[in-house]
Amino acid sequence: MYELRQVTKLYRKGRKEVAALARVDLEVADGEFLSIQGPTGSGKTTLMLLLGALDRPSSGSILLDGKDLSQLRSGQLTDTRARTLGFVFQNYNLMPTLTAAENVQAALVPLGVPPNEARRRARAALDDVGLGERAGFYPLELSGGEQQRVAIARALVKEPRVLLADEPTGNLDEGTRDEVVALLEGLRSSRGLTLIVATHDSQVARRAPRTAVMEKGRLRIRNNQSNGGQAE
Amino acid sequence: MFFTYLLRELRRRRRQAALVSLGLAVGVGLVVTVGAASSAASSAQDQVLHSLYGVGTDLTVTKAPTAGSGGGFHFGGAAGSAPRSFSGSHIGSSPGLALLSNTDVTKVAALSGVRSAVGGLSLISITFSGQFTPGSGPPSSTTGPPSFSANTVSIVGVDINNPAVGPLSGTTLLSGHYFASSDQDAQVALLDASYAKQQGLKAGSTVTLGGSSYRVLGVVSPPSGGTGSDVYIPLERAQALGSAANQVNTIYVEAQSSSGVSAVSREVSGLLPSATVTTAATLASQVSSSLGATSGLAGSLGTWLAVIVLIVAFALAAMLSLSSVSARVREFGTLKALGWRTRRVVGQILGEGLAEGVVGATLGVGLGFLGAYLVGRIGGTVKTVVGSSTFPRAGGALAAAAGRFRPGAALGGGGHTVTVHLNGTVGLATLGLAVGLAVAGGLLAGGIGGWRVARLQPAEALRQVG
Repeated sequence: MYELRQVTKLYRKGRKEVAALARVDLEVADGEFLSIQGPTGSGKTTLMLLLGALDRPSSGSILLDGKDLSQLRSGQLTDTRARTLGFVFQNYNLMPTLTAAENVQAALVPLGVPPNEARRRARAALDDVGLGERAGFYPLELSGGEQQRVAIARALVKEPRVLLADEPTGNLDEGTRDEVVALLEGLRSSRGLTLIVATHDSQVARRAPRTAVMEKGRLRIRNNQSNGGQAE
Repeated sequence: MFFTYLLRELRRRRRQAALVSLGLAVGVGLVVTVGAASSAASSAQDQVLHSLYGVGTDLTVTKAPTAGSGGGFHFGGAAGSAPRSFSGSHIGSSPGLALLSNTDVTKVAALSGVRSAVGGLSLISITFSGQFTPGSGPPSSTTGPPSFSANTVSIVGVDINNPAVGPLSGTTLLSGHYFASSDQDAQVALLDASYAKQQGLKAGSTVTLGGSSYRVLGVVSPPSGGTGSDVYIPLERAQALGSAANQVNTIYVEAQSSSGVSAVSREVSGLLPSATVTTAATLASQVSSSLGATSGLAGSLGTWLAVIVLIVAFALAAMLSLSSVSARVREFGTLKALGWRTRRVVGQILGEGLAEGVVGATLGVGLGFLGAYLVGRIGGTVKTVVGSSTFPRAGGALAAAAGRFRPGAALGGGGHTVTVHLNGTVGLATLGLAVGLAVAGGLLAGGIGGWRVARLQPAEALRQVG
């Protein structure tokens, strides 16, 4: 699915250039659940943005199903985001003026899905995350866990092949965190998704069979199967 | 989704949206009001000009009398004789106007660019009586009890075959009927409503002019706000009355198009070098007093005020739009992450700006109509003074007569005062301009916000919020 070769991402900080990612190599198989772990500022979010076709590397290549994202035009990247990739953010990033159902429908706008079909699919996606009854609620009327589930429904309604979740449990309490992670795992299993979760939370990271551990822009792979593969 | 998202967003930041719309509305309202005021002043000016010219006339041709011409009245007798009583009447060409020939009318009518040209003959009929002492100079009432009185009637001979141009064109028939083509040489007359009322005359009555009776065909009112002649008679009869066979003292000219008036004016000046050609423009330049002031105010101060308010409104709308976009960076970054194309996001912002512009335009048009109404209410009535030299009809004759005989205030001063009411009308062009400006303002604001979003990289947008 993904193949990253010698990916470097540089940022300017004043007069200095800082490497957020330094010659990173990574392969992610189709349908795999990979976690990316590291402290704040380690380059997790930069890597997620590159995997999500939201940014381009300074050097190196990122192949998604054999296509180099760094070489695609802006419109092609947008198409890739619209059809292939789903995003879940730490802050949910829901539109405050739209209801839960309308937020989910927003993901179908780029695909040109007719309104009735969009409404039906949005309702089904909300049912899948257990929020069918709250379809007409605005984000501020929902709890944090519910908002994140709406965000997951929004990411999945277009039936992407990859789900990228950046600190999806960062704003949730422990109980809700486990519910959300379980929901993501269940959806991955049932839909055959490739799931990549960036987190600083070791417990969440260890739920994945493999963890890409980030430190100062560099990456090493840790195999979680050797110690049971599941979080304690 | 487009409209749902747009309306919800505008509702969420309704204070800001209302401020933008209100700013645009004030600008639009001012544009409409200024347009209405300008239109009112222009309309008032047209009324003045029509009252002088007649509706269909584009320019008039007159000729100033040469020094010493025109005769006058002489009160003879040896100096030192005893006071004598006298009375009499006189009809003559209006003293301020020299005579032109019918041939001149034909020549002017034949000029290219002229649709039609007709001659008119303004006469003044004066009946006087009193006492004077030969050799003591003109009679005066200042040295004792009034010993002299004069009654003046303005008469104009009109070409009854072409009433659309000339003195009758701006009048309204109140009773009776206009001249028929068979009345060319008949002793028939139309009376001005004020004169008819003053003299107790009506259609069917007879009026005596130069010792002959004329049957009154009808009573007319002058153009709105204007003052017409007392009596209108067929041109041939006027020429006979004024002993001016085949002569006129004003030629009324209608150009084939309004854009050709200047060219026609030059042609006529070339044809009749000694004549004075007066167009609406030259006449308008001599229109004075409050009408000029109103027109100037509407044209300069009002326009600048509207421009300044619009600039402020546009700047405010643009700043608020930028501020709104800055506050929604995460939202737009998320939309881009969801696969929304940049043009779709920009379209959403433009739509919000357009909606604000449309609301502003709607409110502004309402404010504009209110302003136009107030122009009519507050502007009220405007008195306009037109100099006697530019007033080729009865006014000139009266003014000249007044200058010669000084009979008192009854005849007025050296100019002609026209009273007009300001009516602020809102034209479609003004409305279109105003609505266009408001919509453009909204689109400009949306466009600036959209430009900011178009430059926004999704990664950058998402990073800004951690």
